Amino acid sequence: MNNASLIKKRYAAERRFRAFGFGAIVVTAAFLAFLLFDLVSKAIPAIIVNEAMLSIQVDPELVDKANPVAGDYLGMTKKALAQHFPDMSSRADRKALNGLLSAGAADVLQSRVLADPSLIGQSITVPVALNSNADLFLRGMDDGQLSDKQKELLGAMTEKGLIIKGFAWNFLLNGDSREPELAGIKGALIGSVFTILVTLSLALPLGVAAALYLEEFAVKNWITDAIEININNLAAVPSIIFGLLGLAVFLNVFGIPRSTPLVGGLVLSLLVLPTIIIASRAAIKSVPPSIKEAALGVGASHVQAVFHHVLPLAVPGILTGTILGVARALGETAPLLMIGMIAFIVDVPHGLTDAATVLPVQVYLWSDLPEAAFQSRTAAAIILLLIVLFAFNALAIYLRKRFERRW
Amino acid sequence: MTRLLFAVSALAIAASPAFARDQIRIVGSSTVYPFTTAVAEAFGKSSGMKTPVVESTGTGGGLKLFCEGAGEDTPDIANASRPIKKSEFETCQKNGVTDIVELKVGFDGLTVATSVADSDISLTKQQLFLALAKQVPDKDGKLIDNPNKMWSDIDASLPATKIEVLGPPPTSGTRDSFAELVMEAGALKFESIAALKKSDPKAFEAVWKTMRTDGAYVEAGENDNLIVQKLEANPDALGIFGFSFLEENAGKIKPVKIEGQVPTFETIASGDYKVARPLFIYVKKQHVGQVPGIAEFVAEYTSAKAIGEEGYLADKGLIPLPADAAKESADTAKNLTALTADKVM
Repeated sequence: MNNASLIKKRYAAERRFRAFGFGAIVVTAAFLAFLLFDLVSKAIPAIIVNEAMLSIQVDPELVDKANPVAGDYLGMTKKALAQHFPDMSSRADRKALNGLLSAGAADVLQSRVLADPSLIGQSITVPVALNSNADLFLRGMDDGQLSDKQKELLGAMTEKGLIIKGFAWNFLLNGDSREPELAGIKGALIGSVFTILVTLSLALPLGVAAALYLEEFAVKNWITDAIEININNLAAVPSIIFGLLGLAVFLNVFGIPRSTPLVGGLVLSLLVLPTIIIASRAAIKSVPPSIKEAALGVGASHVQAVFHHVLPLAVPGILTGTILGVARALGETAPLLMIGMIAFIVDVPHGLTDAATVLPVQVYLWSDLPEAAFQSRTAAAIILLLIVLFAFNALAIYLRKRFERRW
Repeated sequence: MTRLLFAVSALAIAASPAFARDQIRIVGSSTVYPFTTAVAEAFGKSSGMKTPVVESTGTGGGLKLFCEGAGEDTPDIANASRPIKKSEFETCQKNGVTDIVELKVGFDGLTVATSVADSDISLTKQQLFLALAKQVPDKDGKLIDNPNKMWSDIDASLPATKIEVLGPPPTSGTRDSFAELVMEAGALKFESIAALKKSDPKAFEAVWKTMRTDGAYVEAGENDNLIVQKLEANPDALGIFGFSFLEENAGKIKPVKIEGQVPTFETIASGDYKVARPLFIYVKKQHVGQVPGIAEFVAEYTSAKAIGEEGYLADKGLIPLPADAAKESADTAKNLTALTADKVM
């Protein structure tokens, strides 16, 4: 074989390798694009909803000025809707008509009146939530739950211009609900925040302290070797095991209340601790020894050298490891099953010991419900979870760039 | 901090008879979960008390937690898609949960369904057994590995399509109920198996409980929505799931007749459609008065507004009880009559 053909072969091999690499990227990007497209298209019904714009007479007979909370706002809403259909007077007709409204149809009206009691006796125009079946029908997705009569009514309402599209504030501002149009993510989001706060405030100081001690101060002998091996093993233990541990220790021995962000955070901090220790040790190890030796050389104590020089330089690596660990904790559901966080919780938690659930659990729970409208809520919750994870990773990159020092 | 909490909560229990907890805790079946959560929400809205927390742990897991003892850190109510077992009842008694109130709240129909694009078919329990059991009797009544590949292999009147049924995995309560209500009943139609039941109950149980693993029965996971989606994609396949999923997806899938009966609200409630199971909630009577709202919650659950024929749970797919059974449940809820050992199977 001559030189020219050998060179040709080498170039061909290089081109092949580049093509394979490029192909791999294209395939991955296509999968990701497909996933995102699927999610976003499914999530739209949860984000933009059809509502009825109704002019409602705030009847002083149905709401007492002294006690506006107890007013029959749903009654007023139903009356206002019935006024548009004067010939629908039989009980069955009324039922069909009212069946189009959500159980939370009067929520906006109620909050407006509570905010401004002088509205009592006046007429105001407010958006009224529709039942999720009606909403789906208006999008051309018939889930078979509406009668023909109701479909006609919806057609008539659209013609009269009563139907508008609005942003689904319910999804962002409500806790969980069994009515898809009222179900919101706020409870799970706040629950996730509380849980992660507990996780971080425990795992970060413990993890960094353990890493510093093991890397800088511990005597190298078989005990520290054994500890190191165990930490590496712990990082690979299935997460459900941590849930079982949490059940046995935190719930049964310490008696911490079930389903709370406190116990969830404790369990998740055990889960991310090995990740943080390993990342922190790697970061500490990568600080050039000459820096510490210089500090020791000018008379700093070992602790001073470590805390004044080594640790600040290791911060970017420690933060990256921590944030990646926390991102993992944010996506966990399995360990939370054992400690009762896979639960239907309507009230938005106000503290660490209120019952709460977290974002991925909310996704899991909604995906399992029979109502078709919950599938869009599931997709929207997944998108929100992805946004939170994206934000965490962006923060990791920013912090690394911000604190990074080259020498 | 944890030690402190422990100490504080221990003190709180010792100091006052009522629990510090003011929120009802419910655990148990994922089948009852969609109904109990709806009641919990309605109760929270109408009573002004905290909305109960409902965990989805499965019937067995829920009753285990429920029977762990009476006290603040144990649940007040357990959802169950089957009656409490004798062993569970005894565990409860042993752990000091002496007064349990059993409330039947309705029925759940198990349906076999197919895509709306498929032709209508009607199956018997015996045919379903022949399609899905790992071992079936041959002409002489000897058990052989299931040879049926096509529905027409079972009965010439059935379509000549491949047997493919999507259903829940063994961990699911739906699977247990399907095995009991369909597979066991279907198996008993064969004389040889009926004889086996008498001679060797264990072997008999293995026959109807073991589903085939050669691809005709596909374990599609606990999530019934997934099965619905797979049926849409594959019109020839059948799927097994709860009635509420059939109802909510009426535009995509349709039921298969079993023993000549279509599962509808009416046929399940009247008992004509036989593949249905009762759903229960179990209430820890010792917690009534300790945790506020239990009696009111149970009253709400058994009211006509919730489980009646026009109730809001009917909209969620719960099949209402016959009138006398509904009244019995309401009475039991009012008097909180405790379950006695002789009533437990």
